[in-house]
Amino acid sequence: MYKITIRDRLLLLATVLLSAYQIIAGIEGLAPLSVWSYTIGFGTLLVSCLLLIILGFDGLQSQAVVIVSTAIPLSISLGLVSDHLPGWALPYLLFCIIGFAATGVTRFVLSGKSATLVLALVHGTAGTLITLLPLSMTITHAFPPGYLLVSLGGALIGLGGLLLAFLKAGKPLLSQETINRLLPVILFCMSLSFIWGFSFL
Amino acid sequence: MPAVFFQDRERQRKKRMISKLRSFGKKFFPLIKSLQTGLLLLTGLAGFMSTRCPVLNIPELLALTGSLFLSISGSTVLNMWYDRDIDAIMPRTCNRPLSTGETQPREALVFGLILSVLGIGWSLFLDPLYGLVVFAGLFFDVVIYTIWLKRKTPWSILWGGISGGMPVLAGRVFGIGQIDWIGIALALGVLFWIPTHILTFSIRYHEDYQTARVPTFPGRYGFHTTRMIIAISSVLTALSLGAASYGVGLTWGFLRLLAVLSAGLFILAVRSLTSPSERITFGLFKYASLYMLSTMLLMFFLGD
Repeated sequence: MYKITIRDRLLLLATVLLSAYQIIAGIEGLAPLSVWSYTIGFGTLLVSCLLLIILGFDGLQSQAVVIVSTAIPLSISLGLVSDHLPGWALPYLLFCIIGFAATGVTRFVLSGKSATLVLALVHGTAGTLITLLPLSMTITHAFPPGYLLVSLGGALIGLGGLLLAFLKAGKPLLSQETINRLLPVILFCMSLSFIWGFSFL
Repeated sequence: MPAVFFQDRERQRKKRMISKLRSFGKKFFPLIKSLQTGLLLLTGLAGFMSTRCPVLNIPELLALTGSLFLSISGSTVLNMWYDRDIDAIMPRTCNRPLSTGETQPREALVFGLILSVLGIGWSLFLDPLYGLVVFAGLFFDVVIYTIWLKRKTPWSILWGGISGGMPVLAGRVFGIGQIDWIGIALALGVLFWIPTHILTFSIRYHEDYQTARVPTFPGRYGFHTTRMIIAISSVLTALSLGAASYGVGLTWGFLRLLAVLSAGLFILAVRSLTSPSERITFGLFKYASLYMLSTMLLMFFLGD
């Protein structure tokens, strides 16, 4: 079993600091729904990384990992929808609440195909939005090309989330050891992409 | 006499002095419990900075640092001197210098008394109310907690908590010259954090404490009740420090960060009750320590 190393801890600490910066200064002046969505998203990322630093990769054994790995993309995508498609903010907020609840319920009550289906649907939607919304904003010249980094962050969060979610669903795409090795790097690159990208917002 | 001879003698003298200082440090530094003293000193400095004093008032800051460091170190050394018999029995503490005989009890007592008298004297000279709060901290820690109650009742930790809250209150009093609700909220934050620290250790080293016949919460009330108290203390720590941060005037960005950290603490506290394990309890303790450190750093740099 791969144990957490100093390098992993440093990468996770850097992710904590980047997320803290984003919560404190990176989202000032946005609409309240966006501010709270990003706070929940980056806050969940921050607390998760702190717990990984403290508890090590053993913390990934918990079923709560699926819930956490769903909360981050859902809340960041909700922030993006609120910023760029304000008319869709309320329906998407409902989708997020239902999707989040469904992921939790299917994880603990049901299992097998239905749980995986719900997970794929919720993750897929959130990931697609995080990747495509900044892309479309950049193509229409509403934002500078640097904003595309948010799309890169979206792709990375999708990758990390899916790796963890399918691992917990009992259908791992990679071995637990490989995921543990990759996770701190993915989390760091993801948070850096997001924070750099959001600076163009 | 040639100049080279005097230079050589001077060099020898310096060498001897450095070697003496080194052996003094080696003997007495471990008695100070540098991590614990450092954290309490940081809370005192944070309390001072929270008063929005001119941050670059170097003489005041140095005086506060020096007087608090001496008082906290003095109380820690006296505490270690008094508990040397218990420390010698417990595997966790049996390597401390007083237990191994590296330092003699009389030396430690004299060292602790000198540090305490210097610290309290300096504090009283700086400001009588500040000095009184610092003295209260030392008195509660050494006399009430260590000498009177620690071997009699597990509830002694309450007094350990009160004494632990005194540095942050003292720092604030030094800044504004009076005791206000923010200072009390800050002190309560530390007070509630101390039980999480002591109780986590009393769960982890339960056997040690039993052997040394020190009454603890796990021994008297069981592990579940102790875990519940740790969880409640952690949440109360977050609430107290949150209220103080709001009172100090941290911006919304920093309050959002504090809310996020508090939510993490709350979730971990609930988890320690629903899925109790030593790993989660120790994780909660570490998280609560990080939480307090972060809050104090926020106060330190951001009291605007």
